Amino acid sequence: LKLCQAVVGLLGRFLVDLVLFFFSRSQILKGWRAAALIGLENPFRPTVNTLSKQLSSEFTDIMNEIWANEAVKSAVLISSKPGSFIAGADLDMIEACKTSQEVAQLSQEGQKMLEKIEQSPKPVVAAISGSCLGGGLELAIACHYRIATKEKKTVLATPEVLLGLLPGAGGTQRLPKMVGLPAAFDIMLTGRNIRADRAKKMGLVDQLVDPLGPGVKSPEARTIEYLEEVAIDFARGLANRTVSAKRSKGLMQKLTDYAMAVPFVRQQVYKTVENKVRKQTKGLYPAPLKIIETVKAGLDQGHDAGYLAESQNFGQLAVTKESKALLGLYRGQVYCKKNKFGTPQQEVKTLAVLGAGLMGAGIAQVSVDKGLKTILKDTAQQGLDRGQQQVFKGLNSKVKKKSLTSFERDSILSNLTGQLDYKGFEKADMVIEAVFEDINIKHKVLKEVEAVIPAHCVFASNTSALPISQIAAVSKRPEKVIGMHYFSPVDRMQLLEIITTDKTSQDTAASAVAVGLKQGKIVIVVKDGPGFYTTRCLGPMLAEVVRVLQEGTDPKKIDAISTAFGFPVGAATLIDEVGVDVATHVAEDLGKAFGERFGGGSIELFKLMVEKGFLGRKAGKGFYIYQEGVKNRSVNSGMDEILARFKLPAKPEVCTDEDIQMRLVTRFVNEAAMCLQEGILSSPVEGDIGAVFGLGFPPCLGGPFRYVDSYGAKQLVDKLRKYEAVYGSQFTPCQLLLDYANNPSKKFHQ
Amino acid sequence: GLPRSYRVFRGISSWSFFKLAGSLVNITSLLAVQPKSKKTLTKSGVKNIVVVEGVRIPFLQSGTSYADLMPHDLARAALQGLLNRTSVPREVVDYIVYGTVIQEVKTSNVAREAALGAGFSDKTPAHTVTMACISSNQAMTTGVGMIAAGQCDVVVAGGVELMSDVPIRHSRKMRKTMLTLNRAKTLGQKLSLLSKIRPDYFAPELPAVAEFSTSETMGHSADRLAAAFAVSRLEQDEYALRSHTLAKKAQDGGLLLDVVPFKVPGKDTVTKDNGIRPSSMEQMGKLKPAFVKPYGTVTAANSSFLTDGASAVLLMSEEKALAMGYKPKAYLRDFVYVSQDPKDQLLLGPTYATPKVLEKAGLTMADIDVFEFHEAFAGQILANLKAMDSDWFAQNYMGRKSKVGAPPLEKFNTWGGSLSLGHPFAATGCRLVMTTAHSLKKEGGQYGLVAACAAGGLPKCVLGP
Repeated sequence: LKLCQAVVGLLGRFLVDLVLFFFSRSQILKGWRAAALIGLENPFRPTVNTLSKQLSSEFTDIMNEIWANEAVKSAVLISSKPGSFIAGADLDMIEACKTSQEVAQLSQEGQKMLEKIEQSPKPVVAAISGSCLGGGLELAIACHYRIATKEKKTVLATPEVLLGLLPGAGGTQRLPKMVGLPAAFDIMLTGRNIRADRAKKMGLVDQLVDPLGPGVKSPEARTIEYLEEVAIDFARGLANRTVSAKRSKGLMQKLTDYAMAVPFVRQQVYKTVENKVRKQTKGLYPAPLKIIETVKAGLDQGHDAGYLAESQNFGQLAVTKESKALLGLYRGQVYCKKNKFGTPQQEVKTLAVLGAGLMGAGIAQVSVDKGLKTILKDTAQQGLDRGQQQVFKGLNSKVKKKSLTSFERDSILSNLTGQLDYKGFEKADMVIEAVFEDINIKHKVLKEVEAVIPAHCVFASNTSALPISQIAAVSKRPEKVIGMHYFSPVDRMQLLEIITTDKTSQDTAASAVAVGLKQGKIVIVVKDGPGFYTTRCLGPMLAEVVRVLQEGTDPKKIDAISTAFGFPVGAATLIDEVGVDVATHVAEDLGKAFGERFGGGSIELFKLMVEKGFLGRKAGKGFYIYQEGVKNRSVNSGMDEILARFKLPAKPEVCTDEDIQMRLVTRFVNEAAMCLQEGILSSPVEGDIGAVFGLGFPPCLGGPFRYVDSYGAKQLVDKLRKYEAVYGSQFTPCQLLLDYANNPSKKFHQ
Repeated sequence: GLPRSYRVFRGISSWSFFKLAGSLVNITSLLAVQPKSKKTLTKSGVKNIVVVEGVRIPFLQSGTSYADLMPHDLARAALQGLLNRTSVPREVVDYIVYGTVIQEVKTSNVAREAALGAGFSDKTPAHTVTMACISSNQAMTTGVGMIAAGQCDVVVAGGVELMSDVPIRHSRKMRKTMLTLNRAKTLGQKLSLLSKIRPDYFAPELPAVAEFSTSETMGHSADRLAAAFAVSRLEQDEYALRSHTLAKKAQDGGLLLDVVPFKVPGKDTVTKDNGIRPSSMEQMGKLKPAFVKPYGTVTAANSSFLTDGASAVLLMSEEKALAMGYKPKAYLRDFVYVSQDPKDQLLLGPTYATPKVLEKAGLTMADIDVFEFHEAFAGQILANLKAMDSDWFAQNYMGRKSKVGAPPLEKFNTWGGSLSLGHPFAATGCRLVMTTAHSLKKEGGQYGLVAACAAGGLPKCVLGP
């Protein structure tokens, strides 16, 4: 109809690869939609240094045009790239800055650009489909109105905090005004993804648009077009004042806003949030505190002070080693989400999992919800029932959180078949066994399975320490045998360690990585060997934990000093979580394989614990006592006697808190370096990712290799030498570390 | 004055709640020489099945004259109307099948309750079927199946819906407490159970108007469908106005021959549908969107309204009908049920069903003289017309080489449709078939096609050669 022609809407389109703070690497298409005056596409890939200048001048041009042209009453910002509004800032650009001042400068330019939009006398509507992250969200909230598609792929978030940064383009100043102080802190301090419907409730977006099904175009294309039509309608409405950008706030929000206007209340909120942050970060992560400080500056000292604090703090954070470490992890994660073995010849469509225990059921759960037909086989009905119930419970918890409907849950569960026999295995494309960690049992199932599976089927073993080549020894087709080491709980732990033997074929590896990625895992691929990479790094550290315990440090203290270093779980608690029996098993195996280097604490202590039934969390007793519903667990007094029996004299010269931390960490790092030296690991990146996502190595340090870089290989070797002098060869630095120590310019990460 | 029999070619595409089943209604004179090359569609070895007659009580907006009745009252009135009009001896009827969507729990086999009160033999078995908006299509095709299988010669099929009253239940928690209370023996047990009742137990549970699998209401789905096919608000309003205008013309012209009067106890005799209200584009334009607020396009005026009503048809094998001296009104030739994605294609049944039923019968769109499609929403009808006219949709979603083409509007729902006549869910199918039969006769056409869509995404196409 003529309506279209009545109003001319300006569409500035941002096509973005990766986001930038502002629109780095973006293509801006400006067009006068209805009047069809201009249809100018202007792609450019500027160098990092000139980028923000060029962009901001381009943007200024557009805004000037909007203001100057009388025919234009309002504008719509929409990405023509499906799946992404703006996914964030160009990290390269930030990383390329040498000083904090340079970064602060970038921030200021961004602030100015967005302020221009905010102050535009002609309303600007952000039409959001796909990820609206970081700088993208800051742009959206600088607009006068936001319309988002109600799709799973549409998420809003400020993930800067996860990279050790803060929203640096006015986000810290606008968000509190828009959604209230508590919600703004929640968004910025957690960096969590907010779905469109939730964002609407919070007041982060003004309208939702439902995704459309097929019409005379693809659903995706038509949905974007529809979003644009609706956005133009609203832009027009805003211009002629039939639509108000003012949001009617709920009673709760009104009350909250009212309360937050009182300085005293606000101070209390700052204090509470700050305490919570300090407790959770142990002071190891500077970004959250800076976010609080920046918000505070704006609310207490006014607009200019707020914006200044934001750009300054942004600049400071960008050059911290924490931020570099987190950024490194982000890049590593992206690296580990690719299949470097290429596309497997045959896509895995039917998966069989042997063993419906905690791991087996977990593997089944992350497979069925990605659409893999999955057979879950156990040997006993009771075990199978438990496993199936675990899968149901895992999915049902998503229904309770509303991220899944009950219908979707049921339809996902229809992908799962529970059984006690090998029926249907002739159609399996991959079998993952997660049976008990005993080489004889593993051999038995491998032989049974090989008798029933088709020729192309991959056999994967989920084990934390048994060498895959040893398992494959009885296989008729060792090229199809591979290790897939999942971490517990499988549905929450992101890492998957894939282990290839000398005989494993490329295609088998490609297939395993493809399945892992489909299951949503971050995948590292390592060579076979006792303990592979992750378990092998953990071994010496846990041996040291036991020695520290024997030297009279109690479990609570060990937990406290390890978490103070940045480990998410205390070292003693970690043993309880892993299970003392499993730890014993692994320690014995690795001890046999590596000898003295894996010594330290007495393995007899573990054995006695097992004898007494102190198996850890699963048994309700380990170093601690675990009771359902009791949050503050107490130390297991039954351990006193055991610890007394194995008591060793403490060596005061290496027993300060810092020394204990370093004893644990240096053994970990030294073993990691040895894995790289021996070729178990193919790159430091995978080593860092594996340690952080599989073992909880402090993310603020970025992983063992980045830690060597930032701490200094020489300094680390000095520490190792110091402890070597007291304890002997367990601390002897490996050759690779020595090489790096001798050449200060050598870094694992450039 | 010529002895004529008609073949009804029915294609029902189903409406789930409002999905359409396409029925192809083909009327052709048996005795007349076949004009040109048109096929008779007689299947070798299968009995010809005919519609002898069909009636419905007037369709009324919910909350009006039928408000105090029960569903079986409406069904009984339709059945009595059928008996009166056909004078079929009651012992001849072998079987009765009725459709209903929102079940009254007291009369869960509403077919039987209605038949007993309508003067049918108590020896005639009856059962009730449900398939959302195509429930009476399902009742009819069930009858067709029984006759074709040689089980019966004479079947009465129909459908009933009473939207003025729907079952509203206690909450599950409350029901559980009440049921446990039945089993409690001592006063102590009873009191302890009663003491557990909390205020939220009293919150009633309404029948879901939403698709169970997607939790989306039909209106919302229709709005998205209209948007997906870029059907504008104006087009929808124009189509709705057309429906009301044509219905009014048909009503005034005495074309709605299937309507039988109903003397409602305690009220006046109801003689005509009361939802036909041609308005103006201006009036319709003023309405706010009913589902997707504030910018959607589906409004109360361009959607079918909540309706009470019942319908019934008398089906026989051709042999039996002729032997009894009836002039069949139509031959039911073929039908197809289809189903698709309940989320995004819930209301696209007719699009899928139409080409299928045509192919099955060896006909093309050009052979069809009368199209009767169920109109759940103007947007849904227009989306279906666009889908049928799209090569892209045919290729990408229907696995066809090319589009089937949209029916020409001059042959399409020319006596109004569900938007104006009303849509008592389970009663609509019979109305579509009878309208097609009457319209073919009036226009001297040969083949008709009926289509409807139903909730649950069962696009069902009943194609009747």
